[in-house]
Amino acid sequence: MPDVTTSVIEPGALDALVGALRGRGYRVLGPSVRDGAIVYDDLESAGELPVGWTDSQDGGRYRLERREDEARFGYAVGPHSWKQFLLPPRIRLWQARQNGDGGLEVEEEPLDETPLAFIGVRSCELHAIDIQDRVFVGGRVKDRDYAARREGAFLVAVNCFEPGGTCFCVSMGTGPKAEGGYDLALTEILDGEHRFLVEIGSERGAEVLAELPRREATAGDLEAAGAAVAGAVHKMGRQLDATDLHGLLRRNLEHPRWDEVAERCLTCGNCTMVCPTCFCTSVEDTTDLDGNAERTRVWETCYSVDYSYIHGGAIRPSGRSRYRQWLTHKFGTWHDQFDTSGCVGCGRCITWCPVGIDVTEELSAIRLTDDEEATNGDH
Amino acid sequence: MAPRPFRVTRRRRETADTWTLGLEPVGGEPLSMAPGQFTMLYAFGIGEVPISISGDVEGPLAHTVRAVGSVTEAICAAKRDAVLGVRGPFGNAWPVEAALGGDVVVIAGGIGLAPLRPVLYELLRRRGELGEAALLYGSRRPAELLYTRELERWRKSLQVDMTVDAADSGWTGKVGFVAKLVASARFDPAAATAFICGPEIMMRTSAEALLERGVAPERIHVSMERNMQCGLGHCGHCQLGPTLICRDGPVYRWDEVDALMKVREL
Amino acid sequence: METIDTLLRDVPVFHGLPAEDLALVAGCAQNVHFDAGAMLFREGDEADTFYLVRHGSIALEMYVPARGPAIIETLEAGEVVGWSWLFPPYRWHFDARALTPVRATAFDGACLRGKCEDDPRLGYALMSRFAQVLIERLQWTRLRLLDLYGHDGS
Repeated sequence: MPDVTTSVIEPGALDALVGALRGRGYRVLGPSVRDGAIVYDDLESAGELPVGWTDSQDGGRYRLERREDEARFGYAVGPHSWKQFLLPPRIRLWQARQNGDGGLEVEEEPLDETPLAFIGVRSCELHAIDIQDRVFVGGRVKDRDYAARREGAFLVAVNCFEPGGTCFCVSMGTGPKAEGGYDLALTEILDGEHRFLVEIGSERGAEVLAELPRREATAGDLEAAGAAVAGAVHKMGRQLDATDLHGLLRRNLEHPRWDEVAERCLTCGNCTMVCPTCFCTSVEDTTDLDGNAERTRVWETCYSVDYSYIHGGAIRPSGRSRYRQWLTHKFGTWHDQFDTSGCVGCGRCITWCPVGIDVTEELSAIRLTDDEEATNGDH
Repeated sequence: MAPRPFRVTRRRRETADTWTLGLEPVGGEPLSMAPGQFTMLYAFGIGEVPISISGDVEGPLAHTVRAVGSVTEAICAAKRDAVLGVRGPFGNAWPVEAALGGDVVVIAGGIGLAPLRPVLYELLRRRGELGEAALLYGSRRPAELLYTRELERWRKSLQVDMTVDAADSGWTGKVGFVAKLVASARFDPAAATAFICGPEIMMRTSAEALLERGVAPERIHVSMERNMQCGLGHCGHCQLGPTLICRDGPVYRWDEVDALMKVREL
Repeated sequence: METIDTLLRDVPVFHGLPAEDLALVAGCAQNVHFDAGAMLFREGDEADTFYLVRHGSIALEMYVPARGPAIIETLEAGEVVGWSWLFPPYRWHFDARALTPVRATAFDGACLRGKCEDDPRLGYALMSRFAQVLIERLQWTRLRLLDLYGHDGS
């Protein structure tokens, strides 16, 4: 283990970072520009990072814009989150065959053994991964596929200095500084001398860092990095009073705001697709012409009418009830189910909603006329 | 979690659209079950459904299934020796221990008697540790009553009061909604535990009738149901407000769910 | 042997009536007995009596052509049978048959109607109690109409 806990690397060293990880057999994933957005995909070199790009985000709006510098991580978050690699949108769970005497042979899908390395994980995203860990590996039964992907994953976090127009991690207590849960954390400094402060978060993070050209961090480096993150705190695009949202939502299940938002919500489910903590899935059972059956797990959204179907009909046929389900789950009943809020303040749902519904605005509207005497939903 | 193969060893038609299947594992240990739990039953290539265990938990696995869709139709059509897939058991159990030392009232509506039958077997085994024990059972029509021969046998050890919503020409028993039977059942409300299973409205009106007689809400237990797919608390479908039914239920105390049941489309 | 008015005091439909009213009502009552299978009244007959079941089971039914007698509801001990005596034309809408041997208290409806007309206060007291019986009966019936156990009931 190197004898310093914070180092500084040049932008060029990022190539060595990618190389070091690939050399260790990791599938390296990170941000790239594609189709007008910054998405997460396989990285073969640091040259594929979104150099000199930033994003401009608002309700229902996302545009990439050119920066005046060559920042590698000068943007917030795009439509992708890391959940697509830990909880793939579509995977086969098992295959089955009926054998000769009518018996059933089931073969579970072999686990993907390739370790994953994520480069560019924001603090909000670290929290989101931790939240999904509670669902899939924190309960009585672990999901074997998620557990396998998650266990070996190498996380290179980045501290935000350029939060987005819909960010509110400060309100949710999830950023902008990464506090833990990473192997390495980078803070990009652009004060004339473009460099990265590197913090070590684990032993294997230290081992990888040891392969990169680096120098010891000075007091000046630490100060510059601190200033960048501190600045981010004041650049949040949105703000939310998160005080006892659990109680607020439990009391207000029949608030008139639900009718109001239902007139705008298309129940398209975009918010659930881009949300880094939404985890709902469905299974599809199919057969092929050779008589083999298989079960596939796919991402599902609670906005679909089928989602709540039981014999004869859907429990939540109206759009109003489905919006309410999503919001009250995300900010309220997540606490009951998993002992944490489901929201990390990344703002994706606001940006990618086609009609720009803003969860911070909806929650504020409910709080404004909070029915504090209400007993519905209360015991 | 992949399904385990189970062979159909017994088949019994209960009503026009309901069958009880007895199942034994093809290799491997039999399931360790508690009354109230359910399994995910798989019909090859068609799909999987959550079905409550309806046999004696100390005996082989048994399920009473109503054919209402493609999966349940396939399961009901499975012949002796056919193989179905089983995952589970999942969920929590009816708190039988809590009923001992007092009176017990079991209220079933329609196919709701199936998830309660394992509890009745358990209560009959421990009949000596109970005071009054009543089964109140209502169904749509006489032809849709389940386990009619067993009901007659149970009369020897339990108060068995049955009713139908609508009679046919041969019926000489009670006609009326099942919750109405609570008022005249023999039990001491101060010492009674209740287990209720059936359509939500039936469970609600039965619980209200029990509360009206003075039974404590914490001693009334119901079985809740929502769309269920994984059975493991990972897919999100079975949420009912703050609870995941596959993980925290399906059995709940009345005071845990009564407020939730009053919110429409929750 | 308890007198009729002490028997009536604890019956839900007369619950809370002052002693003088109970005595008045008891004055219009007498104990009766039916064998299993006996008809208490038939559809179309003059409705001038109603019954309070003390023991046994009554079936309220209607004769349906080609189907025979169809039971609409069964009534047990403590329940009131019949309210067509309250309103003109004072004729039964259904048949009532004893399913088991039945002991009941029969009330002279015409006699009671007379007493209610003489004393509207008594009339109101009885009317509101019978309205409650009717509402409860209707509620149970509505729940059955929902056909909750049907294919897509829930």
